[in-house]
Amino acid sequence: MKKTLLSLAAATALAGIAAPAQAAGMDKVKACFVYVGPVGDFGWSYQHDQGRKYAEEKLGDKLETAYLESVPEGADSERAIERFARSGCNIIFTTSFGYMDPTNKVAKDFPDVKFEHATGYKTEHPNVATYDSKFFQGRYVIGQIAAKMSETGSAGYIASFPIPEVVQGINSFMLGAQSIDPDFKLKVVWVNTWFDPGKEADAAKVLLDGGVDILTQHTDSTAPMQVAAERGAHAFGQASDMIAFGPETQLTAIIDDWGPYYYERIKAVLEGTWEQSRTWDGMAEGHVVMAPYTNMPDDVKAMAEETEAKITSGELHPFTGPIMKQDGTEWLADGEVAEDGELAGLNFYVKGIDDQLPQ
Amino acid sequence: MDMTQAIILTIMTAATPLLLAAIGELVVERSGVLNLGVEGMMIMGAVAAFAIAQLTGSAGLGALGGLLAGILFSLLFGFLTLTLVANQVATGLALTILGLGLSGMIGEAFIGLPGLKLAAIEIPFLSDIPFFGRLLFAQDPIFYISIIAVIGVNWFLFRSRAGLRLRAIGDSHTSAHALGVNVVRTRYLAVMFGGACAGLAGAHLSIVYTPQWVENMTAGRGWIALALVVFASWRPGRALVGAYLFGAVSIGQLFAQSRGIGIPSQFLSALPYLATIAVLVIISLNRRMTLINTPASLGKPFVPER
Repeated sequence: MKKTLLSLAAATALAGIAAPAQAAGMDKVKACFVYVGPVGDFGWSYQHDQGRKYAEEKLGDKLETAYLESVPEGADSERAIERFARSGCNIIFTTSFGYMDPTNKVAKDFPDVKFEHATGYKTEHPNVATYDSKFFQGRYVIGQIAAKMSETGSAGYIASFPIPEVVQGINSFMLGAQSIDPDFKLKVVWVNTWFDPGKEADAAKVLLDGGVDILTQHTDSTAPMQVAAERGAHAFGQASDMIAFGPETQLTAIIDDWGPYYYERIKAVLEGTWEQSRTWDGMAEGHVVMAPYTNMPDDVKAMAEETEAKITSGELHPFTGPIMKQDGTEWLADGEVAEDGELAGLNFYVKGIDDQLPQ
Repeated sequence: MDMTQAIILTIMTAATPLLLAAIGELVVERSGVLNLGVEGMMIMGAVAAFAIAQLTGSAGLGALGGLLAGILFSLLFGFLTLTLVANQVATGLALTILGLGLSGMIGEAFIGLPGLKLAAIEIPFLSDIPFFGRLLFAQDPIFYISIIAVIGVNWFLFRSRAGLRLRAIGDSHTSAHALGVNVVRTRYLAVMFGGACAGLAGAHLSIVYTPQWVENMTAGRGWIALALVVFASWRPGRALVGAYLFGAVSIGQLFAQSRGIGIPSQFLSALPYLATIAVLVIISLNRRMTLINTPASLGKPFVPER
């Protein structure tokens, strides 16, 4: 009896020691990443991988990472995520919108693993967090630049899929352009892919043939920039600085900087302080960075810098009323600012966009 | 250059790599070998062309490098399926997977570098013909090669003795063997021709279409080329029609969108594939013609009896 009591006490003591040790975290963490494109796309997945490398550099021996690239959205991604969860990953970053449901599904079966889903809105389990960046802030700036720089008063937009993030971008770009030129025309072409250099180039050519002289894209390759360079038009880089592909073409680029976020979240797992969160940061936190303003007159550059500063300080929010929906009904009253939750589910165009949003 | 010309040019650029890869595979399949590794050979051609163009400073040498890379890669397939008589379907799939991975590894150093573009060759006098001159006679060399390949392969298959032998092997390798035709050697040559075409098609992607290297830049074009061979019912002229039809529908839907025509973009994106299915159904209605054109020993392993 005495023996049992003793061992019981010992067990309790041990548990007592073990529990705080758990809360204090672990010695080594394994972080895993699922990418939708190849790490060499020089766009979206490339930037996520740069973020992974940044975290690796900062945490050194304490961090082991693994990644899977070109994982199709949908059922395939569920297998990939589950494989990672089984193979001892402590935290898994799933970096595309289409991984939303698979991530939540796998998270249910692996309560001890932390899941971080980029650009989605579902956190069905306590071990799922979401993160995204307010790219639309950058798109407002480039919309203004486009309106100043275009000789034809129009721009072409190469869009991927009609999900809220992409719709935010198109709307924000248009609002920025309209703030300079109320009659600005925007032509949208949906290519229904995140990554296909050839198809993106085709879309770029078709838009330029149709009379626009500025291109912007929400797809991941550098092909549209190259086409614009060949035709002597202007373009904006996407996800990474694409100036090498258009030294006289790129006006600026919206750069995704995921490094600081990855570092923080992985560190939180190490220290045992990870908690579910819904991060949506932008210019102020350094998650959305503008590449140098190039190939434009000084007054346009000054305007862009001023807008960027205003958005960073919070003085200006791109979605501030009065804003009309495409059908002419009112969305935001004068001075009203769109709430994050509403933007995260955005599924309509603002007034003036000459395209039918695929539903 | 007016807008119609511009649109047609875009279609031609989109169709050229599909046509070239399809013509190569058409010859391979006519000899009775099914090589599903077109995508893998194409991506190897793309990375080799880009790398060699970067290293030598010559896009022309790059194109040649792409072609050679395609041949080398196809020889691997040939060795496995013709010499070791491995399963052609499995080997072809493995070739694609290997190509996608290997090209990513080789190409890592070349990511983010702007590439060299293969210069267009303007043919004197002919390129001055109104409207068609700019379209047909002021193109990149790979476009000319793709058209010459169609005419050449058509002549070879149906007008030459060697072509007759190749088709005989494709229809019945045992009979051809019994008649004293060297089945394995002919198939090796066909597979190498297929590799050369796929490699050059890949080179077109990385030094003409979009002069850059990014992983997985073929984005499934090898598979479309494979489908085109069936679509063409193994006839070169029809492969040409198929490739340009596919190109026209893909570009046409983008153009329709940019004009703001109110058709859902998902439907428009699916159009090229719907068109392919429709044509396949129409072709297969005539069962006899299909059977005549299909190589009878396609995909069957051949072990010479001693």
